[in-house]
Amino acid sequence: MLRLYATVAAGGFRRHATYRVATAAGVFTNTVFGFILSYTYIALWDERPQLGGYSMDDALAYVWIGQALITVCGMMGGGFEDELIERIRTGDIAVDLYRPADLQLWWFSANLGRSAFQLLGRGVVPMAVGWLAFRFTLPSGPGSWLAFLVAVALGSTVSFAIWYLVAMSAFWLMDGQGAVQMAWLGGLFFSGMLLPLNVFPGALGEIARVLPWASLLQVPADVYLGKYEGLGLVGAYAFQGCWALVLFGAGRAAQAAATRKVVVQGG
Amino acid sequence: MAEVAGADRPDRADGSPQGGGAGGADRSSQEGGGPGGRTYGLLADSWRTYRMVAGMWIRSTMTYRSSFVLTLLTSFCATFFDFVVILLMFGQVEGLGGFAFAEVALLYGTAGTAFGIADLTMGSLQRMGRRVRDGSLDTFLLRPAPLLAQVAGDKFALRRFGRVLQGLFVLVWALVLLDVEWTPLKVALLPVTVVCGAVIFSAVMVLGASALFWMQDAAEVTSSFTYGGNNLLAYPPTIFAQDLVRGVVYVVPLAFVNWLPALYILGRPAPAGVPEWAAFVSPLVAAACCGVAALAWRAGVRSYRSTGS
Repeated sequence: MLRLYATVAAGGFRRHATYRVATAAGVFTNTVFGFILSYTYIALWDERPQLGGYSMDDALAYVWIGQALITVCGMMGGGFEDELIERIRTGDIAVDLYRPADLQLWWFSANLGRSAFQLLGRGVVPMAVGWLAFRFTLPSGPGSWLAFLVAVALGSTVSFAIWYLVAMSAFWLMDGQGAVQMAWLGGLFFSGMLLPLNVFPGALGEIARVLPWASLLQVPADVYLGKYEGLGLVGAYAFQGCWALVLFGAGRAAQAAATRKVVVQGG
Repeated sequence: MAEVAGADRPDRADGSPQGGGAGGADRSSQEGGGPGGRTYGLLADSWRTYRMVAGMWIRSTMTYRSSFVLTLLTSFCATFFDFVVILLMFGQVEGLGGFAFAEVALLYGTAGTAFGIADLTMGSLQRMGRRVRDGSLDTFLLRPAPLLAQVAGDKFALRRFGRVLQGLFVLVWALVLLDVEWTPLKVALLPVTVVCGAVIFSAVMVLGASALFWMQDAAEVTSSFTYGGNNLLAYPPTIFAQDLVRGVVYVVPLAFVNWLPALYILGRPAPAGVPEWAAFVSPLVAAACCGVAALAWRAGVRSYRSTGS
């Protein structure tokens, strides 16, 4: 059974690896945005050094981590939900439900493959270019890189769980665009993609830092920057893990309710 | 700060007819006989086609009115988040690159409105790659109506008006807060800036769409100039590396969208050693951009070979 999901994941990886031009275009765009954001952050941290507990080098690292993870942790769209919604809308989902595999795990595996490819294909190059241009903070050693990768994997899992839940809404709404847009808005703002969450003021910051979206970028970035040590690191992983479990469970419940109650669209 | 393919979810207007204008095929382009009238004829024809295609999509959108209102609101909010970032920044600091809040708001408002107009009218072009790949562009080519107008009007999304509204909102806010000695010249320059900015952005979008004839998956590169440019222009040029500013003045002339005219209005020196009169040449730059875009588009269309099957 595990072999099946491994195959699906490998398929997801290979599928996205096919689009070389799109990957190159994405790398270019992420790099351009990285530069623009870097300069705005430099202006901000010039005025307020140590803002949000970040040094200038930390803030610049944050910018490029954000650009590298944008598709990996699905801050602006999970990268699979449009397809899943389309299958639900057209009724093709019936075929998927017939398969001797679990729907959620199937899509999770495929998304894992996609994520892994995006990390290599779209993450590495912008980070490298950004570092060459700005020489931002790097993790202190291989152990910190590993800790960062674990946080990214957890972030990617939370992202999948969010977008899967969003896609499930299409069973009832048929047109999932409304739900997708709402989730997209939430992700855009509360992932810290626009501005690090620890710069958000007062209660807004407090709330933003406990929402699931904080798992996507803020936590991995803080792990990268070495803000968590020892037990703190375990706590950070636990935060991501809890959200992953809760949302995964919610997605599963929605899926169960949908397959029990909803009549699949016929053609 | 839409980092990926823009602050705009790819939309599916489901249940709507495939392809563009349902009508339009029978009203062909027989007017404008003389060589001088040809360009005029093409423009008039394009406008009529565009209006027809866009009108059809608006009618189709309006079938689901509440859905439209929701997406319009989302579009407004999504772009407003960009501005919330600037507000949050100014919650922490007094000035950014030596610019006060009202001044940054003017930059944001002019860029945002200009980009919003361009995105509203030409934003569909970034999705043309799919039509090139699957060959459905053939349908458009068969119709006796200008291709660019058909493709630009295809899936016209009125909800993108939310972006224009948001830009205007910030622009008005900036004008209320700004402490500038207004001269008639400055007052006249403001609307010219917004219109020329929209034209420059539109030309960049057409240029990007032209590249899609060769590379169907490269739409995101255009985003870095359009969405990225919009982002860049919202901040004062003083915060960026001078090489970057020079590139935006002399290579991709985005600085003429709002930086140069707005800096003149604010009574600040132009960046990258640009003379002061450069604030007034935006219309010329816009015209030149249109020329380049038209040439690129023509080359692209000529090289189009439908998909093989």
